[in-house]
Amino acid sequence: MQVPAYVEYERATSVEHALALLARFGPRAQVLAGGHSLIPMMKLRLVQPETLVDVGHLTELRYLTVTGSVLRIGALTRHAELLAAPEAGRHFPILHDAERVIADPIVRQWGTVGGSLCQADPSEDLSAAFAALNATMVITGPDGTRAVPARQFHTGPYETVVAQGELLTEIQVPITPGAGSAYEKVGRRVGDWPVGAAGAAIRLDGDVIAAAGIGLAAVGAEHFAAPEAERSLIGAQAGEQALARAGQIAAEHARPVTDQRGPADYKRHLASELTVRALRRAVARARAAGRSAREG
Amino acid sequence: MTGPADHNGRDGYGAVARKEDARFIRGLGTFIDDVTMPGMLHGAILRSPLPHAVITAIDTSAAEAHPGVAAVITGAMLAERGLAWMPTLSGDVQPVLATDKVRFQGQEVAFVVARDRYAARDALELITVDYEPLPVVVEAGQALAGSAPVIRDDRPGQADNKIFDWSAGDAEATERVFAAADVVVTGDMLYPRCHPAPLETCGAVADLDRVSGRLTIWATTQAPHPHRTFYSLITGLPEHKIRVISPDIGGGFGNKVPIYPGYVCAIVGSMLTGRPVKWVEDRSENLMATSFARDYHMHGEIAATRDGTILGLRARVLADHGAFNGAAQPTKFPAGFFHIFTGSYDLRAAHCEVTGVYTNKAPGGVAYSCSFRVTEAVYLVERMVDLLAAELGADPAELRMRNLLRPEQFPYTCPTGWEYDSGDYPRALRMALDIAGYPELRREQAERRAHGEYMGIGISFFTEGVGAGPRKHMDILGLGMADGADLRVYPTGAAVLAISCQTQGQGHETTFAQIVAAELGLSPDDVEVVHGDTDRTPFGLGTYGSRSTAVSGAAAAIAARRVRERAKIVAAAMLEAAPEDLEWSDGAWRVRGDPEQCRDIRQIAMAAHSGLELPAGVEGHLDAGSVYNPPNLTFPFGAYICVTDVDPGTGVVTVRRFIAVDDCGVRINPMIVAGQIHRGLADGIGMALMQAISFDSDGNCLAGSFMDYLLPTAVECPSWELGSTVTPSPHHPIGAKGIGESATVGSPAAVVNSVIDALAPFGVRHADMPLTPAAVWRAIQGRPLRPDLATS
Repeated sequence: MQVPAYVEYERATSVEHALALLARFGPRAQVLAGGHSLIPMMKLRLVQPETLVDVGHLTELRYLTVTGSVLRIGALTRHAELLAAPEAGRHFPILHDAERVIADPIVRQWGTVGGSLCQADPSEDLSAAFAALNATMVITGPDGTRAVPARQFHTGPYETVVAQGELLTEIQVPITPGAGSAYEKVGRRVGDWPVGAAGAAIRLDGDVIAAAGIGLAAVGAEHFAAPEAERSLIGAQAGEQALARAGQIAAEHARPVTDQRGPADYKRHLASELTVRALRRAVARARAAGRSAREG
Repeated sequence: MTGPADHNGRDGYGAVARKEDARFIRGLGTFIDDVTMPGMLHGAILRSPLPHAVITAIDTSAAEAHPGVAAVITGAMLAERGLAWMPTLSGDVQPVLATDKVRFQGQEVAFVVARDRYAARDALELITVDYEPLPVVVEAGQALAGSAPVIRDDRPGQADNKIFDWSAGDAEATERVFAAADVVVTGDMLYPRCHPAPLETCGAVADLDRVSGRLTIWATTQAPHPHRTFYSLITGLPEHKIRVISPDIGGGFGNKVPIYPGYVCAIVGSMLTGRPVKWVEDRSENLMATSFARDYHMHGEIAATRDGTILGLRARVLADHGAFNGAAQPTKFPAGFFHIFTGSYDLRAAHCEVTGVYTNKAPGGVAYSCSFRVTEAVYLVERMVDLLAAELGADPAELRMRNLLRPEQFPYTCPTGWEYDSGDYPRALRMALDIAGYPELRREQAERRAHGEYMGIGISFFTEGVGAGPRKHMDILGLGMADGADLRVYPTGAAVLAISCQTQGQGHETTFAQIVAAELGLSPDDVEVVHGDTDRTPFGLGTYGSRSTAVSGAAAAIAARRVRERAKIVAAAMLEAAPEDLEWSDGAWRVRGDPEQCRDIRQIAMAAHSGLELPAGVEGHLDAGSVYNPPNLTFPFGAYICVTDVDPGTGVVTVRRFIAVDDCGVRINPMIVAGQIHRGLADGIGMALMQAISFDSDGNCLAGSFMDYLLPTAVECPSWELGSTVTPSPHHPIGAKGIGESATVGSPAAVVNSVIDALAPFGVRHADMPLTPAAVWRAIQGRPLRPDLATS
């Protein structure tokens, strides 16, 4: 059995308490949420925090609501709760597509949305999904809250703009009527990290693409996004030709690295192939959403 | 007499519920980590981060100063006691703790004994080892190059990295057949290094009683009795002072056959501290340092006539055994039973050559339900037959049917000398094709291809030789492969069967009770099966190579028949009849012609322990023992069909259907048989699609966790479609053959054949396992991946 090194444990009872604990224990403290990344890393002794500040029981950060035209997701919402939430699936099928292929049901019961984003694994599915949706991350610190666009949240592998002493507290996603979204992932096995994955969010104006978001995981896309590919789609007819071109551009800008999940050339191919597939489904869903809006 | 004829049907001895599940489903099993003792200490192993290096210095002083540490043991300390090196099961030696050099990444270097496992693990970080790195041999193909460093310079006279050259069959006759053949097809294929990965890792609790001098060791072992003998040989402790207890085992699959350094370290730790010492390895240690499987680099050649009669088969194999030859197999067979590679076909000639080499990788070689390398053999021949079918433009099912051995050819001696005991191969293949709806599948495949959809149909037909084995041919380190059984029937008719083999999930407590119950007219609930404790069971070689039913099952049946014969004499005395006037029917001895005059085993057992006057020369009680020395191996076989859908855009393979027709002779518990098959089929999906232990060019193991070494889940497995035929073994007392490894042996080739069949329109003839999405896509691109190395 792998065993971690000695560690102190503090259980936060409120966001305020958590921030106070983080301030008190300083840089050798780490935030524990669902624990599905941090605990294994501690057992392998890849990280050895002096103190764990456990925020996993803060129910005040465990919610999913629609306020006006924004879906607000509390950072400690479990993956399983996001997957089960009808308002998330109705407005953003990409989130349900992604959650269905994240880890396994047991991990999804424990793992948190905010914890996954803060872990900032380059293969994190939700990072790509929220990049595609142009979400906003709400970060709370001793001096109050600040909002950061999803595409500025990650500063590198396993690095985010959340500073020592701060917590990610909420994810906000703007709801766009008549939009469609989808997520496509290739793994070696169910529950595996993606070898490559792509998410797409599309708004149509008639059959012309009015807005496009593309998120990529595990293929070395900067900020999990493909802005050049998105730009190529704006104003284009939502047909195979435009989608294929977008896929090609997304692949050109990806910087995948070779590992045992697959060689770089394959991952680059996936960046293209899965972008096209995600766009295809997102467009179909946008069309369906548009039809039901007109009929409704 | 009651014989196998009563049980030859599909239902065998009955699908009774498993007796052991009452504790397992309640979480009340006792596995190695559940064993605790007063005053018990905990051990942890420091392992080498480098695959090949000279150890120049080890400083343990800081670890020894840790307040929780009781002892720190190094190779030098063991050397003083003559314990630094231990024999492997293949007659090689392996360090318990490294003395001079480390030879694979993860090799055992030091052992810490501490008050708990946290302190033990903390202390590992306080040990300083100075290494001088050496060049590494990672690729088996480079092991014999002149420039390769000699890994085993500890072996006197070892001037290169060769372990053995071995061959079987008739080279000249094979050459003649090949020279005259219309068609010769060749293929190079790697059966990658993989790992049994039991969910319970290996471990031990050693307790040396200083007063009695007795050593008790609880250990994860599939072979408690040979382990006792080896512990005696390694430590010098007298064998009768050693007791090996194998508690509930959380999966073995061959991984728990060898003796690992950790077991010996626990013993030494107990010797030094006078207290019980527990050592349980973690997942990474299990994957990186314990017995792997396969790593066979194979070149195959198959010869045939233009109209599809297979004439001959040839193979040249490079076998990577890692840094120490730790393969567990009968001594005379350094390549295991690989020379059963002629498979299920009627060939004129065959020849194989196997060269074993050392590399800077973990030792092992026979593990993961392989029936002593039959897995590699079946994979080779079944891929070769598909390559031949592709070359001839023949249907792979028809090509197999045309060349399968016919029922009237049994017993059949194959060109490399195995005598197959019985079989009806065409019947099994026909059944599989019928279940699959083969012609309809081929029609569907053609239609889908026309629409740009790629489905594959893969067939594999396998023959195994299991139940090793006849002791004049087969031993492990000099211990003949025979197994004992002791049966005691108590006065009330309740029976206790003690056997030498050890269940790791196979349900022995149920199936062996069924065997005895059927022979004696008892209920399986009346028979308690004792195993896994050398003080309570007769000697025998243990459970691996599908040998439990084939060997111990025979011993149990014979012991029960001996009891029954003794019961006959007692019954005769009770009935005041002559023994020869009695016949056994309906679970009782009955007077011939007057069947109402009878006594069953319960009545007889009480009488046998009573004051009843028995004939002169007959002892009382109702016990018997046996030692079964198999006259031959048994030869299970089966026909498997796998249907896959391949997405060429992503390389993702989906196994849509899997049809498995198995013939394991007489089935004892068909439910347990089905469970064994399900398990092995899942193994096959794992090996074919996702598993390999790869190494980078520096010799770093790239599969040290379950994030990197993937086990298949229910999602990757279709709902298995099973069929069965029953061809009893003619030489086994109850006609059983063994089933534990059949599906692991037979299924990988079916999956790979299916994927390659799907990719045929792309011109793909072969791709090595595991067929991950990346591997499939690269095969389509014509740039296949090397699964044994870091991806490039």
